[in-house]
Amino acid sequence: MIERGIDMKFLSRLLILMAAMALSACGGAARFGDDNTVNLNGANAGVDDPTSPAYFEQAVGDRVLFEVDQHTLTTQARQVLDGQADWLLRNADYDAVIEGHADEQGTREYNLALGARRANSVLEYLLSRGVPAERLDVVSYGKERPIEICSAESCYAKNRRAVTVITAGVTG
Amino acid sequence: MMTRFLPLLALLVTWALPAAAQDENRGPLRIEITEGVIEPLPFAVPRFIADSAGGRDLAERITRVIAADLSGTGLFREIRKDAFISPITSFSSPVQFSDWKAINAQALVTGSVSLEASGRLVVQFRLYDVFAGQEMGNGLQFVGTEEGWRRMAHKVADQVYSRITGEGGYFDSRVVFVAESGPKDDRAKRLALMDYDGANVKYLTDSSALVLAPRFSPTGDRILYTSYETGRPRIYVLDVASVRRRALEAQDGAMSFAPRFGPDGRTVVYSLTRGGNTDLYRMDIATGESTRLTSAPSIETAPSFSPDGKRIVFESDRSGSRQIYIMPAQGGPAERISSGAGLYGTPVWSPRGDLIAFTKQSKRRFHIGVMRVDGSEERLLTASFLDEGPTWSPNGRVIMFTRETQGAQGRANLYSVDITGRNLRKVPTDTGASDPSWSPLLD
Repeated sequence: MIERGIDMKFLSRLLILMAAMALSACGGAARFGDDNTVNLNGANAGVDDPTSPAYFEQAVGDRVLFEVDQHTLTTQARQVLDGQADWLLRNADYDAVIEGHADEQGTREYNLALGARRANSVLEYLLSRGVPAERLDVVSYGKERPIEICSAESCYAKNRRAVTVITAGVTG
Repeated sequence: MMTRFLPLLALLVTWALPAAAQDENRGPLRIEITEGVIEPLPFAVPRFIADSAGGRDLAERITRVIAADLSGTGLFREIRKDAFISPITSFSSPVQFSDWKAINAQALVTGSVSLEASGRLVVQFRLYDVFAGQEMGNGLQFVGTEEGWRRMAHKVADQVYSRITGEGGYFDSRVVFVAESGPKDDRAKRLALMDYDGANVKYLTDSSALVLAPRFSPTGDRILYTSYETGRPRIYVLDVASVRRRALEAQDGAMSFAPRFGPDGRTVVYSLTRGGNTDLYRMDIATGESTRLTSAPSIETAPSFSPDGKRIVFESDRSGSRQIYIMPAQGGPAERISSGAGLYGTPVWSPRGDLIAFTKQSKRRFHIGVMRVDGSEERLLTASFLDEGPTWSPNGRVIMFTRETQGAQGRANLYSVDITGRNLRKVPTDTGASDPSWSPLLD
């Protein structure tokens, strides 16, 4: 499913980047950071293809964040989920698993239950937008799978999340 | 019998050595003390007499483990052998009490180690109340195998501890826990088993699936735990001897976790999550038949049986914040027992039945604490960035728990603390470690 992302638009972008790299080499200083790196094999590969999981992940937005100890959806989260529902309805080949997560402040058991509440909030919302129940599954990881590892609110805020992970559907 | 023990018991609390002697004899094993200073009872354990040259090394190791067990309680302090006046050269000869009195050894443990060609190991010991000039209890003999030498040493130490304190021992026991490795955002977890003091680590699962919170059965023969083997949390039971495991019955589309055995070893109480709501259930592990115990939109989790099996203590946020409740083991009305400011979780009933250990979160700190079953006399034993998940020693005297350090390099380790809040110690493990569950005393 990644291959279909490498289209002409992508190739032309790559050529521009290569030209920029050649210019930068003359300029000396290492101005190229990670931001300018195109990873041909990674998740970025299909980001320009609106039917790709990579597009869902980055352009639509695969995650919503929650306040401390909360599982209610913010206005911003609802907007992201509207986009997710649209995408899922348009790309019926794919299913999704909604993963609920918590930050590290809290006991293991409670955080598992809290992550389940968060995943379920997303599930209920996507169902309300018409995504068929049989295409959606939920799981909670509690505080077991942080993406940010500092022990400060800046990290906690990103760890209190529900991530909609696109999976190949039975028909896809 | 009790009257004979009384002089020693009293000394546990009141004995004070002259300062010079105290410094000279200070034991090397104390790591950390949180609050208060109790003067530990000085004891001597000369190397057990070996009946062969080959047995001497073993006798030395056995003697070291006995000394470490006793010193590790914080209630005893070993007098090093360079202070000894006269050596013990024979297990059967009378003891020169004056030589041990002179170095202030309140308790003296002597013993013998006999390693037979067949691999059979015999360990004998005697305990003396030096100042009373008499033996405390009878000499005892343990028979086992050479590989089992640590267990025999723990058994001797349990006897000594038990005779002097009047409480059951806890050294001949094991702990199942989660061994952790790798960075915080890519942590690998495996189930592991070790002796209570960190020795003899054995891994029970690989790290291919996330595993959480193992719990011993009341006889120590099986372990309940939660694994993501199928992609969602599900409860498994593992046989310790064969290391064979099987999944418990589960409902489609539901997640189950936080299991704990009832005292009958047959009933399991656990959390089941469906539609975002977590409630408590119990299951007959043999038939797989389950019963729902709570039915509320709130989170109900971390259940633990009373030792008589009649009640269940658990955590719930039904009041709007996390608190501790007790209900009948068949379900029914629950009574809230926690009342202080802060969030309460992971209650665990003491094997003595009198106390509930818990995790408390308050003002950005975590504590391990104990309270009476009616919620009174709450006492916080620890404080750190993240302490959680208490488990009781078999005698209800010591609590082991997970302590995690903060930040990007944060790592989990096991610690133990006395129920008085004294004698906080790190349990040595080669890897990171979390979620300990203490076995009963082994047979």
